[in-house]
Amino acid sequence: MSAETHEAVHRHEPPTSFIRKYIFSLDHKVIGIQYIILALVAVIVGMTMSVLMRMNLSWPGTNWPILATLFPGGAPGGVINPEFYLSLVTMHGTIMVFFVLTTAPQGGFGNYFLPIQIGAEDMAFPVLNMLSFWVTLVGFIVILSAIFFSGSASTIGPIGGWTGYAPLSALGQIAGPGQGMGMNLWIISIAIFCVGSLLGALNFITTLLNMRTRGMSLMRMPLTCWAWFTTAVLALLSFPVLLGGGILLLLDRLAGTSFFIPGGLYVSGILSGTTPSFPIHTGGSPILWQHLFWFFGHPEVYIAILPGMGATSHILSTFARKPVFGYRAMVFAIFAIGLLGFFVWGHHMFISGMSPYSAMTFSILTLSIGVPSAVKTFNWLGTLWGARIRFTTPMLFAIGFVSLFVAGGITGLVLGQTSLDLPMHDTYFVLAHFHLVMGVASIFGMFAATYFWFPKMFGRMMSERLGKIHFWITFVGVYCIFVPMHVMGLVGMPRRYAQFTEYTFLSRLHPLVVFVSVVAIITVLTQFIFYFNLIWSIFKGKKAGANPWEATTLEWTTASPPPHDNFAGVLPVVYRGPYEFAVPGAPNDFVMQTEPETETERVGGNGHNGHRH
Amino acid sequence: MGRALAVIIWILTLGSVSLFFVKQWWFPTAISSHAAALDRQFLITIIVVGISFAAAQVALGYMVWKYRERPTNDRAVYTHGSNRLEVIWTIVTAVIFIGLAVMGQSVWASLHFSKAPAGSFQVEVVAQQFQWNFHYAGNDGVFGRTDPNLIDDSALNFIGLDETDPNAKDDQTHSVIAIPVNRPVELILRSKDVIHNFWVPQLRFKQDLVPGMAIRVHFTANQTGKYELACAELCGQLHFKMKSYMLVLPEAEHQALMALPQEQFQSRITELLAKYPLPTY
Repeated sequence: MSAETHEAVHRHEPPTSFIRKYIFSLDHKVIGIQYIILALVAVIVGMTMSVLMRMNLSWPGTNWPILATLFPGGAPGGVINPEFYLSLVTMHGTIMVFFVLTTAPQGGFGNYFLPIQIGAEDMAFPVLNMLSFWVTLVGFIVILSAIFFSGSASTIGPIGGWTGYAPLSALGQIAGPGQGMGMNLWIISIAIFCVGSLLGALNFITTLLNMRTRGMSLMRMPLTCWAWFTTAVLALLSFPVLLGGGILLLLDRLAGTSFFIPGGLYVSGILSGTTPSFPIHTGGSPILWQHLFWFFGHPEVYIAILPGMGATSHILSTFARKPVFGYRAMVFAIFAIGLLGFFVWGHHMFISGMSPYSAMTFSILTLSIGVPSAVKTFNWLGTLWGARIRFTTPMLFAIGFVSLFVAGGITGLVLGQTSLDLPMHDTYFVLAHFHLVMGVASIFGMFAATYFWFPKMFGRMMSERLGKIHFWITFVGVYCIFVPMHVMGLVGMPRRYAQFTEYTFLSRLHPLVVFVSVVAIITVLTQFIFYFNLIWSIFKGKKAGANPWEATTLEWTTASPPPHDNFAGVLPVVYRGPYEFAVPGAPNDFVMQTEPETETERVGGNGHNGHRH
Repeated sequence: MGRALAVIIWILTLGSVSLFFVKQWWFPTAISSHAAALDRQFLITIIVVGISFAAAQVALGYMVWKYRERPTNDRAVYTHGSNRLEVIWTIVTAVIFIGLAVMGQSVWASLHFSKAPAGSFQVEVVAQQFQWNFHYAGNDGVFGRTDPNLIDDSALNFIGLDETDPNAKDDQTHSVIAIPVNRPVELILRSKDVIHNFWVPQLRFKQDLVPGMAIRVHFTANQTGKYELACAELCGQLHFKMKSYMLVLPEAEHQALMALPQEQFQSRITELLAKYPLPTY
């Protein structure tokens, strides 16, 4: 399409100084790795918090002497107190959703591989790309600082969940622990993150539309590129709304406005307007915050998982040694999910007090979004049908993704119904649903991506043995953690409870709660095998050639790791679709996208290679 | 490797499905008139979900078992898909999913698309951080005027009841909700500070209480007894302790309770709490 327009425009010489090369780098590959490192650090913080939460839920009141030393305020005498627990809930959710699930799949792998897979030398705006990472990093530092400047000795940060519902989040210190400076920093961090994501989204969209190499028509792009592109569009349209909402929330807290705070509130024994610490508020709507938040929040779910879907399709095809089944249907399904994703936010708010007729509309749209999701699943199964599967570690994780995506996604059929939300809303059933699909499945997509692209990024293979141990324990572990949470939800266990000891109806769940915690701790510890594998393989891994997996797309046509301009000055030319495996009559069972057409193909034209120009 | 993965996927599938099938941990017995239809809708949905889940996982296991690479030189099947299959599975899933969505509206509509029936017993619910306040209209059936300016927690006027209003003379407030059995109940839900949520698992009912709003909902309880009432929307530090009880009383016992003067009302509720045991689980 526009292959000619960009030639020689973005050529920049490799930098020589350490700082320009590794710190303030303009190279999309370095920036991609920076994003991945950020996610790898953030996920340790998030996981550690989940372990602390599980310890508190399973063994409430237990004295953990080490916690007394680490968190004298949050765990006085080593016993985790409720406000500490709730700040863990909030920070865990925020860090995982924003700084792990939004950074690694898109900013990390997307940044590194989108330009290479479309045959570009870099992103369209390298400086913008660098800025988007550094802005995001500032956001991360701000959220971490909320731990230390929470304005209350007994918390390690804000209390509000990752959704920060107003007016709890809007009232300030008067609403109790976790509503002071920590909450300001939480909002500021998210606002900064929004800016970073917007810069990134602009870059992804421009790069994909303008910088594809000769022959790389849209329908010849790998499905990963479609996923990153759609994700970028979602980010571009949804993050501004959260940014706006965040600014209004901050104004409510700091400038005495009343966007989300209604009149006549009586909080902690004080009526609004009767003391300087609680200025007069009137006319705000708590539900407005929920609309703004979820208008962003629901697309965010797809921002987290679409890149994982793309990577899964890509990796399944590669190791099935088979073309992706229904490429076109997969592209349409990605679009359908992205589009419908903007019309279903109200399913988070059925019982919020909004109109019950709106709820019904949102409900029917919500179940519609299951259709493209099911189409994707069918096509993944179709890709495996008649395959010759090579069970490498990335393939195991990609298959795991399919399994977990089904397991987590399918309960959306329950939660999406207005009637069934009455008992299910805000129970562990919801927790199980979104952790499986948005959390674990997305992460499995990223594990698959890591094992798959590591050889390209570092020129060495990761250990298959360690990778497989990592897979087996993690795969069984996440099922054992999150499936039992569904039945906890049936019994009625509410989310965001610091303890379950107050309620008789929850007591029979205790064995299950302990079981989940034990498995969770084992599974978390297993992740250190992955970290070890990563670091060890950078130095000691088996050397990888340009194309160790015998894959077909452009990143495998260049050296491992790729040179600074990706293709050593010669841009590849694309002649065919991205997944030409098992082509009858071809000498190998894979045909690279850069392989020129043979005489027979030109004459016969099997029509499967995407658009020709 | 392929066979091991298939077996693991199947075992996990079997384990997941049986966790729902054995019903060791399940909904508590329902006590509301809409619950039977809701539980039926849940059962239909969970059967569809279970079958779809199991079918997808069994198929996935089958693929990885059957199509693992073997030491031959055969290549995979070269196909780019089938438009016919795409159309079939799109239509089939669309019909099932949207069908479920439409079916899933009936209980919702019965509760939310109509006003409370005439003659409903009304309770005003005023939530505040970590405490429930229930405001009963008393014999006259009319709520006394409330005003946020009159709220005084230290004087135990949690809801700001205007004592000078004649309609307030016979009003009662308590942290326990007492409702009659088999008679529609209308709740008028308010909050003084942040969002709370009224949640009684046995009722199969949940509704946010939003400050600045008075949300009217209705339901009918059809089993007498004492049930735990929880807050199901994060409301702050002691959210997990924002607990109370719902008493569902025989009509006569309920009427007698509502007719009592203030001091006796309080002690009678204490008696009733002791009289009715919690359901056994």
